[in-house]
Amino acid sequence: MSPIAVRAYTATTALGAGRAAQADAVRARRSGLRRNDFGDEPLPTWIGRVEGVETQPLPDALSEWECRNNRLAWMALQPDGMLAAVEAARLRHGSERVAVVMGTSTSSIGATEEAYARLVPGADGTPAFPAGLARPDVHTPHSLGGFVQQATGLRGPCITVATACSSSAKVFAQAARLINSGLADAALVGGVDSLCGSVLFGFNALGLVSTAPCRPFDSARDGLSLGEAGGYALLERATPGEPGLQLRGYGESSDAHHMSAPHPEGLGARLAMRDAMARAGVAPADIGYLNLHGTATPANDAVEAAAVAALFPASLHASSTKGWTGHTLGAAGIVESVFALIALEDGLLPGILNSAQRDAVCGPQVRLDNAQGAIRLAMNNSFGFGGNNSSLVFGRA
Amino acid sequence: MNTLVARIEGIGFWSDGLPSWEAARGFVASGHVVDDAPARPTPALLAPNERRRAPQSVAVALDVALAACTAAGREPSTLPSVFASAHGDLAITDYMCATLASAPRTISPTRFHNSVHNAAAGYWTIGTGCLQPATAVSALHATFAQALLEALSQVVADGMPVLLVAYDTTAVGPLGTVSPSAGLLGGALVLATGDGPGMRLRATLVDTAATRDVHEGRLARHARGNAMAPMLPLFDALAIGDDLALLDAGDGRTLRVELADG
Repeated sequence: MSPIAVRAYTATTALGAGRAAQADAVRARRSGLRRNDFGDEPLPTWIGRVEGVETQPLPDALSEWECRNNRLAWMALQPDGMLAAVEAARLRHGSERVAVVMGTSTSSIGATEEAYARLVPGADGTPAFPAGLARPDVHTPHSLGGFVQQATGLRGPCITVATACSSSAKVFAQAARLINSGLADAALVGGVDSLCGSVLFGFNALGLVSTAPCRPFDSARDGLSLGEAGGYALLERATPGEPGLQLRGYGESSDAHHMSAPHPEGLGARLAMRDAMARAGVAPADIGYLNLHGTATPANDAVEAAAVAALFPASLHASSTKGWTGHTLGAAGIVESVFALIALEDGLLPGILNSAQRDAVCGPQVRLDNAQGAIRLAMNNSFGFGGNNSSLVFGRA
Repeated sequence: MNTLVARIEGIGFWSDGLPSWEAARGFVASGHVVDDAPARPTPALLAPNERRRAPQSVAVALDVALAACTAAGREPSTLPSVFASAHGDLAITDYMCATLASAPRTISPTRFHNSVHNAAAGYWTIGTGCLQPATAVSALHATFAQALLEALSQVVADGMPVLLVAYDTTAVGPLGTVSPSAGLLGGALVLATGDGPGMRLRATLVDTAATRDVHEGRLARHARGNAMAPMLPLFDALAIGDDLALLDAGDGRTLRVELADG
């Protein structure tokens, strides 16, 4: 595929706001996880909670979009010059030519949960939403895409992608298609997911949540730590010969196996990784860093480690950063793409946090310790429920 | 360049009283619904023990998807897919929120994994053994137009046929007061590039709200209460052989879809 320029990128997670906060915490090997203090009846687990969401309401002009997820979407737009980069793209191309493609798993369902906890008698006597929460735009998956469209004034194609935990990796693929097909000249992509009852109690019901901080690829790992995050990248058609970060390839596939368990041989994961490298025109040996999906569930990490060992040479540095941020679900694609882009730009190759003993299934690619080294290509894996897989290849021109 | 083109190889459709595209075309011509139509589709792709308990969204999406592939003569496992729904499965969202408000520790794990927006896409790829990419999208009233753009840009990017499936379900409980949607509605298209049989479709994103004073078609009237009703101008045009459909693309923009015989 034609390379797509990454003009700006940013993430806000439990580690803090912006790229520097992510890089500093990786260098210091400081986790953002804390004991679960979310909600009235917190389950015994650890979470990656973003500081300050409760105290930073949306600007008045956007108050119709109020909810935790859109607050996080707004907070995450501020660092790293993202709003200025978006405005520059808008002026360069016209607002109709800049697309908005946002990924999320649960969008602002937290607001719907809150309404159900505070129902009032409606006009006909049946239970209805309280007045302050009877805002249709936030009780639907496109709350996120619609909010970002309003907040930025962009008027190109605008859509919310919701394929569970691969959502905000797939936004890069969709935006690349929009740009390469000529429907847009640039695209603001990203992902936001926020803590809510649905995911905490839902993943708990599936038996996938650890009571301790998650330990990706550890032989004693016993589940994930949930997190929340937001992040963005501004993509634009690349100019030949111009230096900078680029999206080089994307790969997407389905497992065709199970709604909430990965294919035992990682068939879909391998297809997505191969497809991404084929589109980028690169070989496995060319990849310098791979950010793994690495949720720390027994099944995901066993399958993913085996797939990576089968595809890549021992020289690859691969890791999961979920010990720092928790599993940010629909935001994992953008957050972990930001770690991959930091690796390309700064040579900071994260290891794995909290894990002491690598599982025997891991090849030499899976690294517990951080490393420093210049790399040419970085990759990111994101896999979701429904057997929905996506891999991205980023490079430096 | 705001225009993308493709060829429609196959169409699938389901609405209350209109359990197939053939029934929908008959209704547009005659005004008669099918008297003994089933209340919901039976998703033949699922294992027998899963058919009855499959969520409404999954049942309708799989039905129209399979019908479109059959009409196109395409093996379902070969097609990448775009699943589009404004709200996803509203009954499951109602269940999740009501249970979280009363007894959060009793959430059903199956209902939770069925609550993801890509549940229908997941069941489709599992049921057909499809390893191709599948996505699931929403853009509220503009969901169908934006999903059509994504499907068309996939056709253009890879030159491969793509399956587009759009559906919404019946709202239940308090959620229905803010996200109303009535009845069950699904529509599917197999879109392909190049020469061959089928209607040609030319979609252009234009910067005006739909101003053509269109007479509301019979399908649009029939299923007006469903959240996926904004797709119906296209299905009405296809059913009566009209050459133009205007679709809400959101934010005051319109997807202008021109149709011509292949």
